[in-house]
Amino acid sequence: MIDVRNISFSYGQKAVLQDVSFSAGDGEVVGILGNNGAGKSTLITCINRVRRPDSGDVIIDGLSTGSMKERDIARLIAYVPQNTEAVRISVFDSILLGRRPYIRWGMGREDIEACQAVIERIGLGSLQLRCMDELSGGEMQKVMLARALVQKPRVMLLDEPTSNLDPRNQHEMMAIVRDMAREEHITVLAVLHDLNLALRFCDRLFFLKDGRGFCCCGRDEVDGGIIRDVYGIDAEVFAAGDRRFVLIGG
Amino acid sequence: MGREGIEAYRGYMRHRYVALLLLLCLLAAMAVVSLSAGSASLSVIDVLKALASHDGSPESIIVWNVRMPRVAAAIVVGAALAMSGCVMQAVLHNPLASSSTLGVSQGASFGAALAITCLGAGMQSGGSASLLISEPYMVTLFAFIGGISTTIVILFLSRLRIASPSVLVLAGVAISSTFSGATTLIQYFADDVMVASIVYWTFGNLGRAGWNEIAMIGAVCVPAFVFFMLSRWDYNAIESGEYSARSLGVNVGVLVPLSLGLSALITSVSVSFTGCISFIGLIAPHVMRRIVGNDYRYLIPGSAICGAVLLLVADIACRMIISPVVLPIGALTSFVGAPLFLCLILRERRVG
Repeated sequence: MIDVRNISFSYGQKAVLQDVSFSAGDGEVVGILGNNGAGKSTLITCINRVRRPDSGDVIIDGLSTGSMKERDIARLIAYVPQNTEAVRISVFDSILLGRRPYIRWGMGREDIEACQAVIERIGLGSLQLRCMDELSGGEMQKVMLARALVQKPRVMLLDEPTSNLDPRNQHEMMAIVRDMAREEHITVLAVLHDLNLALRFCDRLFFLKDGRGFCCCGRDEVDGGIIRDVYGIDAEVFAAGDRRFVLIGG
Repeated sequence: MGREGIEAYRGYMRHRYVALLLLLCLLAAMAVVSLSAGSASLSVIDVLKALASHDGSPESIIVWNVRMPRVAAAIVVGAALAMSGCVMQAVLHNPLASSSTLGVSQGASFGAALAITCLGAGMQSGGSASLLISEPYMVTLFAFIGGISTTIVILFLSRLRIASPSVLVLAGVAISSTFSGATTLIQYFADDVMVASIVYWTFGNLGRAGWNEIAMIGAVCVPAFVFFMLSRWDYNAIESGEYSARSLGVNVGVLVPLSLGLSALITSVSVSFTGCISFIGLIAPHVMRRIVGNDYRYLIPGSAICGAVLLLVADIACRMIISPVVLPIGALTSFVGAPLFLCLILRERRVG
């Protein structure tokens, strides 16, 4: 359970986020959407305090993260950045880094076993000793997701997890994210651009507009009006069975 | 499947540890070769005997009292310079970083030269051309002030968004020439003997360090090594970007200045006793990156051993090329290191 309360953030004079609040429950996948520059990436980096918000607080399971140390926050919140640099270390070691918030001197047997379990769950076994700079974009994203899972977080922040992926990998990635959220009772907040992907895999959508929360609604409540207001484009939402689709441009 | 995966990973780690062990054996072999090389010709067997006996025989005295301090100095200083280069490359996220390319060594040498000439911390000994440092702590302190002030400038520049790896190295060039100018100015106002001793001092000379100096360098390097090794996972985390590292619980705001400060300290202490020895700190980590990859768990100890080997080999070469004349080691490492540095810059351009 995460409760984001009145987060504000500014670069110098320019206010990027103003008084943003929302909450999400265990096992829930919430999509964060909005135009470029609406403050989506800034919002999630304020949530794990990689950026210091000017004001506001984030409460996880009743605990305020405002005064926590980096290490303690890292045990609660994992983060997958938009672009990851290809580092020349093995996939296994890269995932093992997720145990960093738990170790003092070095990785122990249980760290390696936790890592192995996630590798098997996500199906990275064949890649585990490959070097990170030999991987494709899709494989790399899965490795970063695996690292976040090894962190055993309560909340997972994903910044455009599908931006460099082809349609097949986009679906595969989001299906893993949704399944892991359900199995491990993790709250997932994912910045997404693809409305159809968001409607397919997210339980709720949180729309940001010009640095303010515009609305937070269940996926069945999203309609053309909301999309028009947020993005300034014509759009219609169709239902087919229990699936919903967005058609842009009316 | 799970067992197999873990076994495969353990095998992968074992390979790297074996590589480090082999390198350590190479270091030991080079140390013995270095002990046997010199004007009094000793065979490797003689050296091993003398090492084992320590009985006051002429061989034993040559090995233990004459040649051993030099070998120990090469090992400790090589390891210190390489370790500091490795850590600077990690925290500045810059493959071209090292104490000599960023001007930290030059800053430290300037500080030491200032202490020696202006504050009377050093004096010329009667007959020989060697410079005795009468107040090693003051020299070290000034070297450290010179080194750390360069580091602060570099740290500040690296925070600016425009600072690409090459820009930082260019800044290092600018800083270096500032310090060279300042050193020239000191020389202008110094008397002949002082000028000679500064020039001689800037050559870099491993023979200058005795056991006390080596112990002092070691006393600074060992805790620094422990700190660097404790932070090895943090350096790995920083490799994948600052935000990633923070989200993994790394306190970047403390780790980066502390690592740079310690690197500057071990460089300064080494430089204040042996003079400016360039490029070891740049080349050794790059050699190790090729062998063990970019994982700092292996890269930090690997760089330290590799730096020690490189400096030992360079020292042997200095003593052998036109024996019995001993060439200045700083000149040799620059001659060999500079072309390698150029190659790195060109590769950086291609990749970036």
